[in-house]
Amino acid sequence: MAEHASSRKGLSIRAAEIAVAFLTLALGALVTYTSYQLGSTWGPDGPGAGYFPFYIGSLICIASIVNLIQAAAAGHPAGKRIFVEWDALGRVFAVLVPAALFVVGIYLIGIYVSALFYIAAFMIWIGKYPWYKGLAVGFGVTFALFLMFEVWFLVLLPKGIYSVLGFIGY
Amino acid sequence: MHGFSVVLSPYTLMLMFVGVFLGIIVGVLPGLGGANGVAILLPLTFAMPPATAIVMLSCIYWGALFGGAITSILFNIPGEPWSVATTFDGYPMAQQGRAGEALTASFTSSFFGALCAVIMITFIAPAVANFALSFGPPEFFSVYFLTFCSFIGMGREKPAKIIVSMMIGFALAAVGIDIVTGQLRLTFGFTELLRGFNFLIAVIGLFGIGEILLSMEEGLSFTGKSAKISLRVVLETWRRLPRFWGTALRSMVIGCWLGVTPGGATPASFMAYGVAKRTSRDGDKFGTGQMEGVVAPEVANNAAGTSALLPMIALGIPGSPTAAVLLGGLMIWGLQPGPLLFKEQPDFVWGLIASMYLGNIATLILVLTCVPFFAAILRIPFSIIAPVIVVICAVGAYTVSNAQSDIWFMLVFGVVGYLFKKLDYPLAPLVLALVLGDMAESAFRQSMLMAQGDLRIFFSNWLVGGITGLALFALFWPLISGLLARLRAPKARGATT
Amino acid sequence: MRTRRILSCSAVMVAAAFAAAPAAAWEPSKPVEFVIPAGQGGGADQMARFTQGVTAKHSLMKQPVIPINKSGGAGAEGFLDVKASKGDDHKIIITLSNLFTTPLATGVPFNWKDLTPVAMLALDNFVLWVNSDTPYKSSKDYLAAAKKAGPGKFKMAGTGAKQEDQIITVAIEKAAGVKFTYVPFKGGGAVATQLVGNHVNSTVNNPIEAVAHWRSGKLRPLCVFEKARMPYKKKVTSTMAWNDIPTCREAGIPMDYLMLRGIFMPAGVSQDVVDFYIGYFKRVRGTAEWNNLMENGAFNQSFMTGKEYVNWVAAAENTHRELMRGAGFLAKK
Repeated sequence: MAEHASSRKGLSIRAAEIAVAFLTLALGALVTYTSYQLGSTWGPDGPGAGYFPFYIGSLICIASIVNLIQAAAAGHPAGKRIFVEWDALGRVFAVLVPAALFVVGIYLIGIYVSALFYIAAFMIWIGKYPWYKGLAVGFGVTFALFLMFEVWFLVLLPKGIYSVLGFIGY
Repeated sequence: MHGFSVVLSPYTLMLMFVGVFLGIIVGVLPGLGGANGVAILLPLTFAMPPATAIVMLSCIYWGALFGGAITSILFNIPGEPWSVATTFDGYPMAQQGRAGEALTASFTSSFFGALCAVIMITFIAPAVANFALSFGPPEFFSVYFLTFCSFIGMGREKPAKIIVSMMIGFALAAVGIDIVTGQLRLTFGFTELLRGFNFLIAVIGLFGIGEILLSMEEGLSFTGKSAKISLRVVLETWRRLPRFWGTALRSMVIGCWLGVTPGGATPASFMAYGVAKRTSRDGDKFGTGQMEGVVAPEVANNAAGTSALLPMIALGIPGSPTAAVLLGGLMIWGLQPGPLLFKEQPDFVWGLIASMYLGNIATLILVLTCVPFFAAILRIPFSIIAPVIVVICAVGAYTVSNAQSDIWFMLVFGVVGYLFKKLDYPLAPLVLALVLGDMAESAFRQSMLMAQGDLRIFFSNWLVGGITGLALFALFWPLISGLLARLRAPKARGATT
Repeated sequence: MRTRRILSCSAVMVAAAFAAAPAAAWEPSKPVEFVIPAGQGGGADQMARFTQGVTAKHSLMKQPVIPINKSGGAGAEGFLDVKASKGDDHKIIITLSNLFTTPLATGVPFNWKDLTPVAMLALDNFVLWVNSDTPYKSSKDYLAAAKKAGPGKFKMAGTGAKQEDQIITVAIEKAAGVKFTYVPFKGGGAVATQLVGNHVNSTVNNPIEAVAHWRSGKLRPLCVFEKARMPYKKKVTSTMAWNDIPTCREAGIPMDYLMLRGIFMPAGVSQDVVDFYIGYFKRVRGTAEWNNLMENGAFNQSFMTGKEYVNWVAAAENTHRELMRGAGFLAKK
C-alpha cells in the first residue's frame, strides 16, 4: 500500500504520528498533574493514591516526546508515506458518523429502533442493497436482540427519552 | 461413580444441553457473560433439587467458557476478557480463510484444559484448596508481576510506542475509586468516570470497532470471506493438534495454577500465550495466524475457569464473577459452601463434579458440530455484517454496567484502536495493563501496608520469593538468552530482541 | 335513544372506574430494576438476587425483579443513578453503609434525602474474628496481645477504605488504646479468606461472610458489635450458637455498629407506589427461605417503614458523620 501511495494525495504518516504523539503527551501531562495533586509520595506505609499514576503519566510524557522527535526527524523515510488517502478517510467517516448518529439515536428513541434504522441505512447507502432488504435485515436483527435481551435474559436495554416501544408495554 | 448416577437421568441430561446452549449464547454476545446467564436462570432453579440445578447452571458456565472464543476468532471481538489472547492468532487465521481450523483448535484445547482441571479437582481437591489459602497480597502481586514479565519484551514495535501503549492501559485502570485509600482518582469530577474503564468496553472498541474502521478504509472486504464449511476440517485439524502437546501441557499447568489461586482465567491466558511464544520453535511467527497461538490461551483459560470452581466449593471464595453468582445460588438452596460441603452434601458435590465431565463433553460435541455454521458467518457480506457488529458491540458495551456513556467510550476506543493499529502502536500491552493494572496495584499496596513499606516482603517465603524470582528471570530472559547466543556464536549479531 | 343509552352506560363505567381507582392499588406494569450499589457476590448482591429468586418462586409480584450491579465509585454510581431517575416507579435500590460513607468520604453529591425511603429489611451484624490457630480466646486476650506487640504490628483486614470495616477498626483502636494496620480488600469473602490463610490477624466480617469458616473450625468469633447478644440459639458449630458470642460491650469495647440493609426508591414517587413495595417486601420477609437466610447470616431482623424508618436513617447518618469525623475520613472540602 505504502510503496505506490506517495503519488496519491492523503494524510502523511508523519502528520498522523505527530498528532497522535501530541495527544498522548497531553494525556500523560493530565495524568501526571492530577496525580501530583492527589499526593504522589511514598508514605510511611507504602505508596499513596497518586504515586503510581504520577509515574505512569510521566512515562507517557517521556515516551510521547521520543515518538514526537522520531516522527518529526527530517529525512525519516517513513515520514513521506501516506497514512490514509483522503477518499479512504472518507470511507472511514462513512462508518464513524452513522455510528455516532446511531448512539445519539439510542438516547432519543432507544437502542432497538435506532439499531433498526442504522442497519437499514448502512445497507442501503453503503452496501447498495434495495430498501426492502435493508429494512428486513434491520428488523430481523433488532427483533432477535429484543427477544434475547428483553424477553429471555431479562436484561433491560435503553428505550430512549421518546420510547417508541411504549405501546407494547416496554 | 456415585455422582454420575445423580446426573445421568434424561431430565438432567436435557437440562444440561439447555444450559450449554444458553452458555454459548451468552459467551458469544460481548457484554453478556456467564454471570448474566447464571443470574438469570437462578430463579428458575428454585423448583429443582439443588444437584440438578447446579448441573444446569454449571453447564451455562462451560458454554460461556467455550463460546467466548467464537467472536474472538471470527470478528476480533473477545466476548469475554479471557478470550483476548485468542484473538492474537485466531483472528489472523480466520482472515486467511482458516476459521474452521482455528475454531476446532480452540474448542479442542478448551476441552483438554477443562478436562485436566476436572481431573485435578476430582483427585486432589483438598490439597489444592489449602494451596489457595497460602496466597496473600504479596503472592498475588508476584503472580501479576510474572504475567507481565512473561508477556512483555516480545513485541517488534518501537519501545517508546510499547511504553506509551502499556502506560495508557495502566492510567485507564487507575480511573475510579482507589480501593486502598478510598480516594477518587482521575475522574475529573465526571460521574461517568466513577466506575472506571471497564476492560470489555476498551476491548470491544479497540479490537471490534477498530477492525471495522480498518476494513472499511481498505475498502476491499465488501464481499464475504471464504471459509471452509465442511465438518472434515475438524478431523484435519485434529490430526495436526497432537504436535502441540508441549504447549498444551505448559498452558494447562499455568491455567490450573492461576485458577486455583483466584488469579483468574484472564492472566492465565495471557501468561500461557507469552510462555508459548517464548518456548515455541515458531515463536517469532506468533501473531500471524499460528495454531499454537490459539491452543495456548484456550487451554489455559478453560483450565483456569474450571479450577476456579474448586476454591468456590471448598472454601467459599468465588474465583470469578460467575462463580460469585453460583455461590449466591448455593446459599439460596440452603447449602453452605465451605470445607464442610464435601462431608455434608456429598450428593451435591459429586453431582457437580460429574456434571463437569459430562458438561464438557456435551459442550464439545455441540460446538464442534456448529463449526461449519460459525465459519459460514464469515461469508456474509461486509456491508451487512458491519452494522450488525456495531449494534451488537453497542449492546455489549451498554450491558457491562448499564450505562449509555459507555457506548460513547466504545466508539472513542474504536478510533484509538484504528489510529494505533495504523501507526504500529501495539494494543496487547494496553489491554494487559488495563486488565491487571488495578489488581496488581492494590496487591502491591496491600503488601506494602502489611510490610510497612518494606520491599523484602516479596521474598519473605519460598512461594512468593520463587514466583518473584521466576518473574525477574522472565523479565531478563531476552538479555540472558542474548548473551548466551553471543557466547555460543560470537559472530552472529543483532539477532537479539 | 340508543346512543343515549350507550353514553349513559359508558358514563357509569367511567364513574365506576374512577371510584374503583383508589381501591385497586398500584402495581408495577413492567420489570422492576433492583439496583445494587456493590459488586456481584457481596452481601447486598446476595440479598437482592435472593429476593429475585423468592419472588419468582412464590409469584410475589406480577412482574420480575431484575438485579443490576452499579458498584462504581464505592456505590456512588448506583445511588447517583437512582437520584437521577426521579419519579421512576420501577426502580428500587438496596443499601449498605455506603449510603452514608461514600458521600462523606468522597464528596460525591448525593444524600439519602435525595431518595424515597421504603423499608428497612434487616440489619447486618459485625463480629470480631481471629484465626482459630491463634491462642486468643476472648477479645480481652486479643487486644492485650495487640497492645503488647506495639502499634501497627497487628493487621486488620476489611472491605474497602473509609467504609464500615475501617470505621469499626478505628473505634476499636480508640476504645482499647491499640493501633492496627488496616489492610483493605475488595470484598468480604476475600477478607475472610485472608484471615483463614493467616495473612492478617483479625477481621470484622459480617456473620454470613465468615460462617462457613467458623463451622469448619478455621475461624473463632470473639465478640459481636451489638447492644445485646444475637438471638439465634441453634448450634452452628458442635459447641457454639450465634447466641454464645459475647457482645463487645461485655468485653469492654463500648461500640455497637449495625449495617443497614434497607430499600430506597427515587424521589418523586407517590405514596401508593411506596405502599406497594412495602407490602411486597413484607411478603418476601414472610417466606420460609427468608427466615433461613436470616438465621444463617445471624441478621438483626428489625423491620421499619415510614416515619420510624426515616428517623432511624437520619440518626444513623449522624452517627456515621461523627464516627468518620473522629477518624479523619471526611472528604476535604
